[in-house]
Amino acid sequence: MRNSFLSFVKKESLHILRDKVTMLIVMLIPVVLIVLFGFAISTEVNNVNVAVVAPERTDGVKDAVDRIAHNDYFTFCGYIEPSQIDHELRSGKVSAVIVFSSDFDRRLEQVSTGLPSTPIIQLVVDASNVNTAGASTAYLQEILLGTASLQAMFDTRMLFNPQMKSAYNFVPGIMGLIVILVCAMMTSVSIVREKEVGTMEVLLVSPVRPTKIIFAKMIPYFVISCVVLIIILLLSYYLLNVPMSGGVWGIFSVSLLYVLLSLSLGLLVSIVAKTQVMALLISAMVMMMPMMLLSGMLFPIENSPKFFQVLSNIIPARWYVEAIRKMMIQGSPFLAVWKEFTILLGMTITFLGVSLIKFNDKLE
Amino acid sequence: MRIFIVLLKKEFTKIRRDSFLPKLILSFPILIMLISPMLATMDVRNVNVAVVDLDHSTTSHRIISHIKASNYFSLVGATSEFNPAMEGLEEGKVDVIVQIPDHFERDMAVSTPEKISITANAVNATKGSMGTQYVIQTIASALVELRNEKAPNQVSELITVQNRFNPTLNYRHYMIPALMIIIFILICGFLPALSIVEEKEVGTIEQINVSPVSRFTFTLSKLIPYWIIGIFVLIAAMFVAHLVYGLIPAGSFWVILLGTILFILTISGFSLTAANFSDTMQQIMFILFFFIMIFILMSGLLTPIDSMPKWAQILTYGLPPRYFVDILRSVYLKGTTLSELWQNFVALASFALLFNILASVTYRKQA
Repeated sequence: MRNSFLSFVKKESLHILRDKVTMLIVMLIPVVLIVLFGFAISTEVNNVNVAVVAPERTDGVKDAVDRIAHNDYFTFCGYIEPSQIDHELRSGKVSAVIVFSSDFDRRLEQVSTGLPSTPIIQLVVDASNVNTAGASTAYLQEILLGTASLQAMFDTRMLFNPQMKSAYNFVPGIMGLIVILVCAMMTSVSIVREKEVGTMEVLLVSPVRPTKIIFAKMIPYFVISCVVLIIILLLSYYLLNVPMSGGVWGIFSVSLLYVLLSLSLGLLVSIVAKTQVMALLISAMVMMMPMMLLSGMLFPIENSPKFFQVLSNIIPARWYVEAIRKMMIQGSPFLAVWKEFTILLGMTITFLGVSLIKFNDKLE
Repeated sequence: MRIFIVLLKKEFTKIRRDSFLPKLILSFPILIMLISPMLATMDVRNVNVAVVDLDHSTTSHRIISHIKASNYFSLVGATSEFNPAMEGLEEGKVDVIVQIPDHFERDMAVSTPEKISITANAVNATKGSMGTQYVIQTIASALVELRNEKAPNQVSELITVQNRFNPTLNYRHYMIPALMIIIFILICGFLPALSIVEEKEVGTIEQINVSPVSRFTFTLSKLIPYWIIGIFVLIAAMFVAHLVYGLIPAGSFWVILLGTILFILTISGFSLTAANFSDTMQQIMFILFFFIMIFILMSGLLTPIDSMPKWAQILTYGLPPRYFVDILRSVYLKGTTLSELWQNFVALASFALLFNILASVTYRKQA
């Protein structure tokens, strides 16, 4: 009996290994995507294009423009006429326009001596991108008013991520998204393909028990996923410089569990689906949206309506991303994520259990 | 021509008879448009703030009440000790700690006071920095209010801000065009390729190969259903955006339609080209998944292109969705005209031409 199981695993492995192109793609995709996104995706507000409207180019105006031109956040795109403001913003050439009042220098002096004054600068901002607009308004106010600004009264500290690297925030999220989708896509065809091609009948009349068929199908994919996982973790540490201060073994074991969960999810899809097309569309396209929107990888869950916050509890990626963020970035030990670990474990057992029951049902 | 119509009919019948595809094509776009704008928000709200008040003055109480009143924050505690607040931050219950120094009010009246210190959890960089900015603005407004009560004549706003195109700073309006594009990418990217590779794997493509149907006719018959589906998706999505989220394009519908047609042509052409290079459905799905992830995450749909490093920004010029994101967002929110966006349209049209030619050239009748 043991022998028949092993030979079954061997058969499945050969089946997968022979398709060299798919193997190569499966190994490359997660690695390339995680490195690419780890470096490229960021929400920092940078390179904001700014134009200036000034009735007179006095020393005060030139001084202020100079400060903006030398700031890393902003790119100074030249002086424009008031009539051009609308066109420049609408065509997207600039994202903000600074309008200086006439008689700017004299009024600035009035302000610095403590005399009351009407507004001396108007900022016209392209608010179609809400966050860029908000951040650039705040920075511009700070730069333009300098010490006269209230901003000078604050002393700020950014914990855990002092250089404000977005990669820290995104790497766990991207891992959570890509691992589950790639793993689910791998196993989602395993059963339904045999059904579609007709070889399922052959398997069922063989002496191998249905449970063993399922496990035999998962083992080779599990091995491939482990290799991919190790590469991803090595790259995140050495190439993306994600800290992993919570301990490598903890991160590895949670990820391993997550891989198992994803493979079981794919298996379940494969058993339920009627065709390969359906199985693949469910595991790639249909699952992509909830995983992306409800896992907190890009969009904080606490921003969504209450109903969806509750719903997000059934999204496996949410728990994984949370656990990995804690261990990778905040440096919490493995013990601190016991809750997430238990939930992921429970989900894995549920998916596997339901798969087995459904598979047996279909046979009868 | 008659062959072409028969082929087209065959494709439509195939989609209609499928047990899954019609449901997917009808419900997926509508569900995504209904639900995701509520979820896809990077708008910083519900920032948990703890105030450590060492001053216990009118000023510090005014600051606390302003934070409490703001709908960006929820005040999770006002204590006079730093350590409990810090523990809360480590556990993730507190996002930002504001510490008001001792004698703040007294010192402010005579000279420059000791600085108010703000400590933020920056694991989520956006939330950390935006949350800090909002806290600063809120405290500043509290201080300004107090100053105005003492010296009512002084106008203290030296800078006025005018938010164009989205004056209510509604993040949903920013995301809705992007979500439409994601639907186009998913539907017109995955489906046409799968329909060809399925014929390859099942073997029915042999019959086409031995028939006199030209590869151009065959490719076109595979594409046209998805062009029609794409237009349907556009109209459905615009309806939902209008009815549910009250977003009406500021610019011309015809410009949006033109852009959408070019984009659908590009993506479905790309999808078929990829299909010609793969033999199994699993393979084509992995290949498409790879590119679709890049399209979704790197064309400025979810995070701004301007925030990327230089090399990545250059890379985005090779991604067709980049141009469509620009078009759809500007027309929808800013009312930009065709003549202001002509470069984007030319780029998109070239991609459409390129991929569709590639799709029919790379299709081989020999196995």
